[in-house]
Amino acid sequence: MNTTSNSDGLRHIRRLLWAAVAGSALAFGGAALWRAFTPPDLPAPYVTGEAAIVNAYTLTDHAGRSVTPETYEGRWQLVFFGFTFCPDICPTTLAYMASVTDILGPQADRVAPIFVTVDPARDTVDVLAEYVAAFHPQLIGLTGTQAQVAEAAGNFRVWYERSEDATAPDGYLMAHSGYIYLMRPEGGFDSVYREGDQPPEALADEIFMRIERDERS
Amino acid sequence: MKLFLAAACIAAFPAAALAEVVVSDPWARASILASRPGAAYLTLHSDADDRLLSATTPVADHVMIHTSETDADSVTRMIHLDALDLPAGQTVRFAPGGMHLMLMGLAGKLDESASFPLTLTFERAGAITVEIPVLGVAATGPEVEP
Repeated sequence: MNTTSNSDGLRHIRRLLWAAVAGSALAFGGAALWRAFTPPDLPAPYVTGEAAIVNAYTLTDHAGRSVTPETYEGRWQLVFFGFTFCPDICPTTLAYMASVTDILGPQADRVAPIFVTVDPARDTVDVLAEYVAAFHPQLIGLTGTQAQVAEAAGNFRVWYERSEDATAPDGYLMAHSGYIYLMRPEGGFDSVYREGDQPPEALADEIFMRIERDERS
Repeated sequence: MKLFLAAACIAAFPAAALAEVVVSDPWARASILASRPGAAYLTLHSDADDRLLSATTPVADHVMIHTSETDADSVTRMIHLDALDLPAGQTVRFAPGGMHLMLMGLAGKLDESASFPLTLTFERAGAITVEIPVLGVAATGPEVEP
């Protein structure tokens, strides 16, 4: 008797527990379904007119001088991040920047083509001096400490990474974004280009137009 | 009629029967620093399915087949290929910004207007040696600077 009522009570409790499990499963499942089928209430995309690219750095140029963007103030600046161990994209892009500089002719004095290394451990001042001179006498090479380079790349929103590869020289390769940034004479960001997207004449034309527009205003 | 077509095909494409790989437009960019890797480019065309297994040259310790991959964020990575597939009848072009042969451990600088031999080894076509002319640092292809 006692045993029966006891097992009756247990059965009752067991039923209650199962009911609770079923109830919560339904509640959770329902909530999940509700979330899945209701559009998320996210804020609308916020678009600003100015790109979040900031022309800020303290680096060392290929002549060993400490420089900041103010060093090049008054000139348009073409800025490209790369590294000298890069056998393909970097020389192609730097040769392209050299061609743009040549096409600009007499106006080239108003443009500073700048190459910033993302591999400062190997791209020292001396290495950069020899490297940039091979492309164009006006090409400026910038290096620094790892921290200075990381800060510069961060300000330009340039992404780079070091990937270990035992077969590569010194055991690593660098991956990097291949943009050329056009910065205004007062230092602000103007636009971004890629080497393969237009012939050098087209980029030189864009810079000509901007120089003329500045002269008119 | 069928016989005529077959005959016409053999007449039009005599190389098809030989299954050969044609290597054209080879060039390398002059290197700036001897301690940095160089890059060589060429165009491959095979009549039959084949694979490029390796490349060697006396001017470099080793040659790597690299392809560049640029993702949606414009980040470019070099991808090292152990072998490169050459589907029959398809032209595979190495060019700046795409595929290149990376020359590592150069014996010296690759000077403009010099040239060096490069041996390509294919799975079926065997070894083919081509002479690679060295063009200027600003060259983008053999058609720009002859």
